[in-house]
Amino acid sequence: MLNYIIRRLFYAIPILIGVNLITFTLFFVVNTPDDMARMQLGIKRVTPEAIGRWKQERGYDKPLMFNNAEQGWAKLTRTVFFEKSIAMFAFRFGRADDGRDIAHEIKKRMMPSLSIALPVFVLGLGVYIVFALTMVFFRATYVDFWGVVLCVALMSISSLFYIIGGQFLISKLWHLVPISGYGYGVDATKFLILPVIIGVVSGAGGNTRWYRTIFLEEMSKDYVRTARAKGLSENVVLFGHVLRNALIPILTGTVVVIPLLFLGSLIAESFFGIPGLGSYTIDAINSQDFAVVRAMVFLGSLLYIVGLILTDISYTLVDPRIRLE
Amino acid sequence: MPFKPVILWTDALVYLLVAVVLVLVWHIRRNEYLLVPWRRVGHSASGMAALVVLIFFVAVGLLDTVHMRPIVEHDNGGARETAYSVDVLSVLDIIATPLRTRVEKTYSAPFAAHLYAREMVELPDGGQTREFPRLKYGGAHLQDPETQLVPDVASRAAAGAGAGMLVWSLLVTLLAARLARQRNETFMSALAAIWRRTTPTPWYAVCITLALMLLLSGAALALCGNYHIFGTDKVGQDVFYLSLKSIRTGLVIGTLTTLMMLPFALLLGITAGYFRGWVDDVIQYLYTTLSSIPSVLLIAAAVLMMQVYIETRPELFDTVAARADLRLLFLCVILGVTSWTGLCRLLRGETLKLREMEYIQAAHAFGVSHWRIISRHILPNVMHIVLISTVMDFSGLVLAEAVLSYVGVGVDPSMISFGTMINAARMEMAREPMVWWALLAAFSFMFALVLSANMFADAVQNAFDPRARTLPTRIRAFPRKRKQEPAADIAAAAGPNDSFSR
Repeated sequence: MLNYIIRRLFYAIPILIGVNLITFTLFFVVNTPDDMARMQLGIKRVTPEAIGRWKQERGYDKPLMFNNAEQGWAKLTRTVFFEKSIAMFAFRFGRADDGRDIAHEIKKRMMPSLSIALPVFVLGLGVYIVFALTMVFFRATYVDFWGVVLCVALMSISSLFYIIGGQFLISKLWHLVPISGYGYGVDATKFLILPVIIGVVSGAGGNTRWYRTIFLEEMSKDYVRTARAKGLSENVVLFGHVLRNALIPILTGTVVVIPLLFLGSLIAESFFGIPGLGSYTIDAINSQDFAVVRAMVFLGSLLYIVGLILTDISYTLVDPRIRLE
Repeated sequence: MPFKPVILWTDALVYLLVAVVLVLVWHIRRNEYLLVPWRRVGHSASGMAALVVLIFFVAVGLLDTVHMRPIVEHDNGGARETAYSVDVLSVLDIIATPLRTRVEKTYSAPFAAHLYAREMVELPDGGQTREFPRLKYGGAHLQDPETQLVPDVASRAAAGAGAGMLVWSLLVTLLAARLARQRNETFMSALAAIWRRTTPTPWYAVCITLALMLLLSGAALALCGNYHIFGTDKVGQDVFYLSLKSIRTGLVIGTLTTLMMLPFALLLGITAGYFRGWVDDVIQYLYTTLSSIPSVLLIAAAVLMMQVYIETRPELFDTVAARADLRLLFLCVILGVTSWTGLCRLLRGETLKLREMEYIQAAHAFGVSHWRIISRHILPNVMHIVLISTVMDFSGLVLAEAVLSYVGVGVDPSMISFGTMINAARMEMAREPMVWWALLAAFSFMFALVLSANMFADAVQNAFDPRARTLPTRIRAFPRKRKQEPAADIAAAAGPNDSFSR
């Protein structure tokens, strides 16, 4: 088990290097640092000295991939690509355009992101499974039919409308909770209720339908027929056999996203004014702060790979047939 | 010529797509075995009803795709000079010229005759007062809006709906006549068959949906000439016009993205599964790496870079429309790059399974070349996966456009789309009293488009997925025990379409 995890972590390294190469190509080769400097400092009336200073401040004043001025290995190491990548792997993300340390900012914003994403995840998983099981229990009746219709309708609404509608109805019309903002400690609850509810509702259509499909697929397997032939009641079959076996495909889709919860949800955070990583990313995109976007891309990929490893581990917990070698 | 045709990049690709679809339709109609699953789609009531709605959307989108630059004449000291306008207009723009050109001063509510904000107005006797001024175009033909507005709207709506019903009854008559000829019946019995829902193709559902669509569009067409039926936005543009223009953007993103990614996914997925070995390793590494970058962030990074590229090279684009169009195309490419990995993985898995089949081994034994085995034996057998994932992705992409535009990495701000509409309307949420109509318009158009796309996708999936059996036609009022249910494996494998909300 431990061997397997270590090996998987080593496999992650070439993937992370690949991610770095892709983001590097996107950020530095399509537009050279000179282009970016000109963009940041204003397109016209910019002196070469100003560009040079801008590049030096950010460590972009070296050749991109290959340094001919150096000797031996330094040809590869004294380049923007190498230095920026190594810094990424050491979690030194550098400074944002406003001069703040990105790593520190990420640490500070992780908790607000998590405090909204984690309840959405846990609550959502519970609610969706309950709904899906209800629909499966009443399968081929009007409950199931209208349930599916409702799911498809819910799926067809943009997540933006859930947020706008929720804010309008609950905060503006009924004045139940503040429209947006964030507090710390117990104070945070009143700010978190609305985003959490909206988060759960906006995912309801797609997820419930997906879980229903998984349950139905499981229902058509042989062991279910055997269980019924033994004379077990429908409830025991559904909750004792089908639910437990359906957990395996459900886990594939859900465990992967657990680490990504740190990144928060981009839109919800910026709508509700929650100072998490999602709103940080959106602000960075809007102010064209490339260092922050690069850091978030790297972090996101790293967390995704961690999620894949967690998925494999979770298999062994729910399915005794699977052993990781 | 009174105009100069303009073919933007996305136009050309849409034409290509239309041509491909036409060729495929021709090809499928000639082969009975290809026609069978499509017949199953044709027998699904929800799928056909959704198709009717989709056809309306596609028609608007296609009208909006034919672009041209109209001629403008101006007097230059007696000599008449002609030149082509710098504005690129589509056929839809020209049809909807009244909607496009009747621009009010600022916000006005749906069916309003007055502006939404008070303004200082000079009275005839020289004094000043603050009141709601009349609109320049909306309801301008009314003498006294307070009393005349409601009856006028009602009568115009009724006239439009009546015209819609006339068209509808004409279409139903044609349909019944055609059915009667096909089935060797009298006209009335064909009509009765439609009404009693005994036709194999669910014509009843089609007719009901068609009636609804024609009623709505008839009333809308009759009213939009004299009123702003969805109000006007901040700069006074008609919201109904904006909604119609958004349709093309949504459709282009939903379809061209697939067109962009299909070659990659097909080529790489089948190659990886067929050849295995180091080819497989390289391709797997490629798609694992790409898919491990959260898609929103990858799109954001790519679009940011393109913005810098466009802004530092303004000389490349001659019109604003060309720039916005290229950005739309690039968005499709980026969305394609981030979304081909899922399909590629599915195709690789399926090819791995297929290559062990006996008929492939037989082909090997006969010395058939790799290329021929792939194109003759493997490609036709994975096409159902391609089709299902294409139609399933469509609605997700339309929704993604809105989110991306909100994040600021979507289409060009000058391009009309659902995302830019919502974005502009969102700013007005805090206004008192609230400006709600732009959101309502965007919501209803988007909901109708995405819902019908989802329903059609379900019908296609049920028809093509070998593991999905046909749904029970009649629903019972009590739980039916011991009944095997349709299972859709590709939906389960692909997961819910919510990668953008995370």
